[in-house]
Amino acid sequence: MKAKLPWGLWWTQILAILRLEMKKNFARKRSIPVYLLAASPILLYAAHAFAHARGWNQCSGQQDLTEFAGVFQLYVLRLAIFFSAVAVFMNLFRGEVLEKSLHYYFLAPVRREILVAGKYLSGLLMTCVVFSLSTTLSYLLLMGHLRMTAARALAGPALADLPAYLGATLLACAGYGAVFLILGLLFRNPIVPTVAVLIWESILVFLPAILKKVSVIFYLESLCPVKAPFRGGGALFAVSADPTPAYLAVPGLLMLTIALLVLASLRIRRMEIRYGTE
Amino acid sequence: MSGDNHIVFDDVSKFYGDVLGVNRVQLSIPPGITTLVGPNGSGKTTLMNLMTGLVQPTRGRIRVLGIAPDDPERLFRLLGYCTQFDSFPKSLTGFDFLYTTLRLHGEGHAESCELSRNALERVNMTEPAGRRIASYSKGMRQRIKLAQAICHQPSVLVLDEPLNGLDPMARSETIALFRALAREGLHIVISSHILHEVDRISDQVVLLSNGYVVAEGQIQAVRGEMHQEHPLQVLVRCTQPGLLAARLFAQDHVVEVKMHNDRQGLLVSTRDPDLFYELLNQLVVEGAVELSSVAPADDDVHSVYEYLIGAAGGGA
Repeated sequence: MKAKLPWGLWWTQILAILRLEMKKNFARKRSIPVYLLAASPILLYAAHAFAHARGWNQCSGQQDLTEFAGVFQLYVLRLAIFFSAVAVFMNLFRGEVLEKSLHYYFLAPVRREILVAGKYLSGLLMTCVVFSLSTTLSYLLLMGHLRMTAARALAGPALADLPAYLGATLLACAGYGAVFLILGLLFRNPIVPTVAVLIWESILVFLPAILKKVSVIFYLESLCPVKAPFRGGGALFAVSADPTPAYLAVPGLLMLTIALLVLASLRIRRMEIRYGTE
Repeated sequence: MSGDNHIVFDDVSKFYGDVLGVNRVQLSIPPGITTLVGPNGSGKTTLMNLMTGLVQPTRGRIRVLGIAPDDPERLFRLLGYCTQFDSFPKSLTGFDFLYTTLRLHGEGHAESCELSRNALERVNMTEPAGRRIASYSKGMRQRIKLAQAICHQPSVLVLDEPLNGLDPMARSETIALFRALAREGLHIVISSHILHEVDRISDQVVLLSNGYVVAEGQIQAVRGEMHQEHPLQVLVRCTQPGLLAARLFAQDHVVEVKMHNDRQGLLVSTRDPDLFYELLNQLVVEGAVELSSVAPADDDVHSVYEYLIGAAGGGA
């Protein structure tokens, strides 16, 4: 007969890890670039609304919505969340190795898989909170701006797209988080793997369909409610002419995330504390 | 070897790439205070990291009271490890450090608070516990690490250079704490460079050199096995040193006798201490000499260390 798994204990331990990690994630200096990256779209749309209110620029509502899709896909997903995941998730273990404090976790009666889960959740919570706020506020600013234009009739229906943008934001944090968690365990220098992933995510248009599935942006693009206006050189960022439907994209991305977390757990089970040589 | 009450190393080797950590270690550590002694790079910390799962053996098997080090859920309920790393999770107070450790053990809020306070009290850190660890002195950091290792009331305590950075008063209190914990039946494994203190606290020692265990056991027993190669030296203070010297020279087992400058005593080197003490007793009973003191001069850890590891060891 199989022994009963101690789910209650594991949950308590995950909460204890979250308690410790959340403080670090939100308060450390390393998080300042994350806040700046998340604040940029808010500032952009605040400035846009302000300029329109002062009569400095004219814009059509439909164009604003299309441009928001472009900013969201090119900047928020591909740059802001991507590099924030590098800063947060890559340092979950690597940062502790550099600070020589990882052994305290390894000397607690905590399964290393639970440690991976707790640390990943702490990074996920932090990035989800920050970028959900960023997406919501920037979209609401856009809606507020639309209500002041001739295209005010568009604001109501467009608001229905907010949950889809939020969903894509959360899944981007989850997917890129898992990618950079495992890379933080595998590489000492974060630059090489970061550049490699950035290039991989940027050349999907040239890759065969099967390889596109091993990417985060492939699934995210399918979830965006408005097609981004990729033209000219920007067309390189169009992942696929035939996007995957949401009912496949969401489980696909979640499966990719889980696979990466399983790999991270296997890696950390074999990890040794050798700060001098890490 | 009785597995479930011992810390057992069964033919354990650890290589860091091409570099030897420890090689073919065969050990069984009983309850009480066991000290690992050896120069820098001899393998003391590697042995401790192996028994706590921080590094994994290249070959061989380790069991801590019957538990494998790769089973942290069971192992760290009964083991506490105070490492040599002088680093802590950022921004924590001494109390938070212990409290968080106990929450990781799965303890509730009230239990974690109480166990934290108990551990802080044992290491005399109650008063500064509310301050951030970053503001602590080296000695305070050492004590808070010790508190963290004992806060969950383990049965096995592994301490890597626990006396480093402590002032004489704190050192004395810490040694008293180790003794008290050993009396409670704990296994305490210590590594130390401070040989005269090792002598004061150890029930047994493990001498390491270049990754090999060169001797293990109670220090007097280890010393006893070396009498042929390194005759035991005994200091004798008595009334008739000349007479005693004459009787001793007639014995085959006596290698050397040196008269003290004040002509009130002798330093005797013997390959058979039992025969020597028997002869001494006989002379006292006969009334030939009157003794004021008899004491071995080189059956301490320092001497054994010098004989076995000596100049090659260096660091200790």
